[in-house]
Amino acid sequence: MASALRLMLFAGLWLGLTFGGAHSGFAQTNPQLTPLLEKLDTRNFKQKADAVAAIAAIDDPMVVPLLKTLGAGDLYRRKSDGTYFRAIRKGSAFALHDLVSGDEVETLSKSAVERIIVNNSMRGQIDALLGSLTLRSADPKQRLSAAQSLLKERDPSGLNALEAAIEAEEQDHIRDVMIAARSAIVLYDTSAAQADRLEAVAALKARGGRSMMSLLSGAAGDQDPEVADAATAAAAAIDKELQFWALGQNVLYGLSLGSVLLLAAIGLAITFGVMGVINMAHGELVMLGAYTTFVVQDAIRSSAPHLFDYSLLIAAPLAFAIVGLVGIAIERGVVRFLYGRPLETLLATWGISLLLQQTVRSIFGPTNKEVGNPSWMTGGFELGYLTITYNRMWILVFALAVFAGLLLLLKKTAIGLQMRAVTQNRAMASDMGVRSGMVDAMTFGLGAGVAGLAGVALSQIDNVSPNLGQGYIVDSFMVVVFGGAGNLWGALAGAFTLGIANKFLEPFSGAVLAKVLVLVFIILFIQKRPRGLFPLKGRAVES
Amino acid sequence: MKETNALLYLDNVTVSFDGFKAINNLSLYIEPGELRAVIGPNGAGKTTMMDIVTGKTRPDTGDVLWKGEVDLTKEDEASVARLGIGRKFQRPTVFETHTVEDNIRLALKADRGVFTTLFAAVTGAEKARIDELLNLVRLTARRHEPAADLSHGQKQWLEIGMLLAQEPELLLVDEPAAGMTDDETMETAKLLRDIAGERSVIVVEHDMDFVRMLDVRVTVLHEGSVLSEGTLDHVSADPRVVEVYLGR
Amino acid sequence: MAHSSLIGRAVAARSQAFLLVLLAIAVLVPVMNLAVPAGSFFHIPSYGVSLFGKYVCYALLALSIDLIWGYCGILSLGHGAFFALGGYAMGMHLMREIGPRGVYGDPILPDFMVFLNWKELPWFWHGFDFFPFALLMIVAVPGVLAFVFGWFAFRSRVTGVYLSIITQALTFALMLAFFRNEMGFGGNNGLTDFKDILGFDLQHDTTRCGLFVASILALGLGYSICRFVVRSKAGKVLVAIRDAESRTRFLGYRVEGYKLFVFVLSAMLAGVAGALYTPQVGIINPSEFSPANSIEVVVWVAVGGRGTLIGAVLGAIIVNGAKTLFTGWFPEIWLFALGALFVGVTLFMPKGVMGLLRGDGGGGAKIKLLLEKLGAARTGRMLR
Repeated sequence: MASALRLMLFAGLWLGLTFGGAHSGFAQTNPQLTPLLEKLDTRNFKQKADAVAAIAAIDDPMVVPLLKTLGAGDLYRRKSDGTYFRAIRKGSAFALHDLVSGDEVETLSKSAVERIIVNNSMRGQIDALLGSLTLRSADPKQRLSAAQSLLKERDPSGLNALEAAIEAEEQDHIRDVMIAARSAIVLYDTSAAQADRLEAVAALKARGGRSMMSLLSGAAGDQDPEVADAATAAAAAIDKELQFWALGQNVLYGLSLGSVLLLAAIGLAITFGVMGVINMAHGELVMLGAYTTFVVQDAIRSSAPHLFDYSLLIAAPLAFAIVGLVGIAIERGVVRFLYGRPLETLLATWGISLLLQQTVRSIFGPTNKEVGNPSWMTGGFELGYLTITYNRMWILVFALAVFAGLLLLLKKTAIGLQMRAVTQNRAMASDMGVRSGMVDAMTFGLGAGVAGLAGVALSQIDNVSPNLGQGYIVDSFMVVVFGGAGNLWGALAGAFTLGIANKFLEPFSGAVLAKVLVLVFIILFIQKRPRGLFPLKGRAVES
Repeated sequence: MKETNALLYLDNVTVSFDGFKAINNLSLYIEPGELRAVIGPNGAGKTTMMDIVTGKTRPDTGDVLWKGEVDLTKEDEASVARLGIGRKFQRPTVFETHTVEDNIRLALKADRGVFTTLFAAVTGAEKARIDELLNLVRLTARRHEPAADLSHGQKQWLEIGMLLAQEPELLLVDEPAAGMTDDETMETAKLLRDIAGERSVIVVEHDMDFVRMLDVRVTVLHEGSVLSEGTLDHVSADPRVVEVYLGR
Repeated sequence: MAHSSLIGRAVAARSQAFLLVLLAIAVLVPVMNLAVPAGSFFHIPSYGVSLFGKYVCYALLALSIDLIWGYCGILSLGHGAFFALGGYAMGMHLMREIGPRGVYGDPILPDFMVFLNWKELPWFWHGFDFFPFALLMIVAVPGVLAFVFGWFAFRSRVTGVYLSIITQALTFALMLAFFRNEMGFGGNNGLTDFKDILGFDLQHDTTRCGLFVASILALGLGYSICRFVVRSKAGKVLVAIRDAESRTRFLGYRVEGYKLFVFVLSAMLAGVAGALYTPQVGIINPSEFSPANSIEVVVWVAVGGRGTLIGAVLGAIIVNGAKTLFTGWFPEIWLFALGALFVGVTLFMPKGVMGLLRGDGGGGAKIKLLLEKLGAARTGRMLR
């Protein structure tokens, strides 16, 4: 009785609204919908589901937003007239929005509206219906998401729509998803022919990936033993493939960490390796490079925002120059008085690191500074099952470029030759007219400048704060010690070995323990090979 | 192991650093009580030979035997020293912050274990021996001064004194005359001759006059192996030796 | 001979004077805290007693560094690890002594374990309720770690900066490990909320004074042990190793044995210092393992004058006193001052305060030395 009364009321009001020329509503445009909508207002979920299926069959632009809203659980009925809206909670009241235009219509109290409840199975049904509804959409994105939702829901009722869509689809990657969805539906349809189901298994296996694997392993308990076996085997094959990809991804993570370590350590390899000077302030020089980037970006933001994408290209040479000069100042002011006393050098440069930290803290404050990523450093891409982010990729490229540049500088240029000469035999180099003091300053400055470059790169992936350098100092020393002092190649090998080792340990032990294990490994390693992977050999080293 | 009466026996010893053969098939025998001079141009392998004998460098191949029974290639520096092989470095190395007396005391033959030295007191016999050695190396007057304050020649003497304090059976002495005055050089030669007989001594030297003063059998090393061996006059007449020394 | 006994007597007199000063402080500070009325100029407030007690623990830690660095040339940048381990051993005892008085009232499990939903005490916590066992662990844990670490490091002749860097890695690794809750040492927060020690309330003035006196006694004992070691023949061997390691080997001394002995002894002293530190400060947490802490200790020793035991003690007290004053007055300045101290001491005061007091290595001599070095820097690097 009550529902009949409501129907009358609803019809009356609807007529009134229509004649009154009030604001738009979907019911006005398609009278076919009206009786179906009415059926939604029931506690009987079976009846509701039938109504939903019937609504989906109507060709009307309102259907999709209506179903979407219903599936999301946001569909409300206004009690005063029985019209349907999308409602958003606003405090204790609800703001009603027109389903099609999305415009806010009015705000009503809770008691004036009634929510149309859906259960889980209906939500699945709605997703699947929406999927087939949008399979023929003109927008490829919508088609793709429709296919994906069908793949997820595996609603057999979508099969016909899917077949038709596969015929019509022109874009390969969308069609692949559609085929996978069809295969999934067939695989789980126990009434389908065995041959079809086995074919579906093969198709899913060919597609591969984690979700296909779980689809296939879901069918492992199938009544048909042949299908079950095929599905199990296919799932295992995908699992194997995935493990292989995971290995690759781990290597990639390791390379990424390794490139960061390489950047942090390579300047140290010059000062420690080439000069034999322990520079404990190295981390702070990296930090200065990061702050240079911050200042450059700050200036660009305020005066020339269109140059933001070039900010790193501007910051890199500046950081190299500024930090390099700081390095030269440190060498001339302190380090040169301590040559031959490595432990004292270590202490003095530690003091310098405290001074630099506190200076930066006093100028810029103790909190993290916001350093932005240029557009070409944001986002990423997928290669097979590998995820590669642009910032990690560019940092790897940058690290290798810096490495190659240094190698060239040391091997091919006059200053490089002088550096090597002074390293090998200071007295003889001076006799031959090399100004060893100048070379010392240049070498130290070069190491510092490279630290500055590292800072520019690290500003993209780490918090820029006065403590930035502290986080890298132990790691970068480990790289140099592990690789063998006095050898750039050692730093390269050390950085990537440690980076990859760390990332391979992480899944088993967690990040912190992985780091501890790597440190313990290096402590043990250095006992075996006190001079690292690539030691300098010969009598001269001993004395 | 081979039968030998030699105090020190090196046979077919080869060692290379990064592919460079510092010692190449070197064989050398030192008899008890013998004084031997080893000469050779720079890079002939003299210092490396000493490194091998004293356990600092391990040879790639070859035998190094002590008294025909102990394989020296298996021992480290401390064990070799305890066996009775003392070494004096090319550059005098003494303990600069210790007094001259303490330098000698540390070198005195005694138990070298940590806990023994921790509770060791200076015995009368030790004191007498220190006095005797200081007298021998003419540093009695400076016994309480830090070794750092000594002249170069005095440091050489102190190091010889430390070597004697160890009471070794074999002394390896690397360029003892370097930086000494002529008088001191003569004294050193005399001292080494005195020591020999009781102990064996190998002297590595550049200075031909000094070698002549020693007046002993000479071994000429070249490119890591023995080029010639005999009296100084004999080796000086050897055309290969002449070529090595003058031919380049 | 007369000369040497004169020096010997002067040195003996100085160390006796030092021990007497310690004794006087051990009597005076508690008296000025407990017996002198609160309003008096001579009254030392309770927090002052704990503060001084903290300095004394630091002095013992500095002494332990000086023993290996000043006398044997081993620069450990990870001695904070041994200090912290001693502190944790004591902290574990104090945690067990809380008993059922914790927030959760568990009679056995410390609060943080209840919080982590642990059901029983981890095996390595057993025995710590027994004070003598805890005392043993205070020296045994740092000692064993130092032994294992040193056995590997010294046998394979890791020396100089390489050794320094791996000691730093050691303490860094331990810090990361102790930050983990799973380790069973309270994670980030460490061990705290101690109630009493041997039944004495830790908040009580007499207990604080007792701990202070215990710290002074430990310092005096540590000083006496170190002095015995450095003045023995073994001590001379240590200095010989510091000055010419390879020469010492060729004399027949097993350098690794000496280094191991002194390193283990030093680690144990550091452990004792940490154990006395924990109850006076009221907390021990993983930040004690941080490499920065360890390296700071080295500068105390450098300031006081390395290679002199009294110098290490003075250095620790001077620098920490300055730190307390500075951070109270202008906190910003402290890191500048500390940084400048590192640079200044290494450049201008290689023998530290003790060097200045003795008159060698101060003022004009220093500048002359620097000028010489300017020249030497050009030619002298070959000796490195």
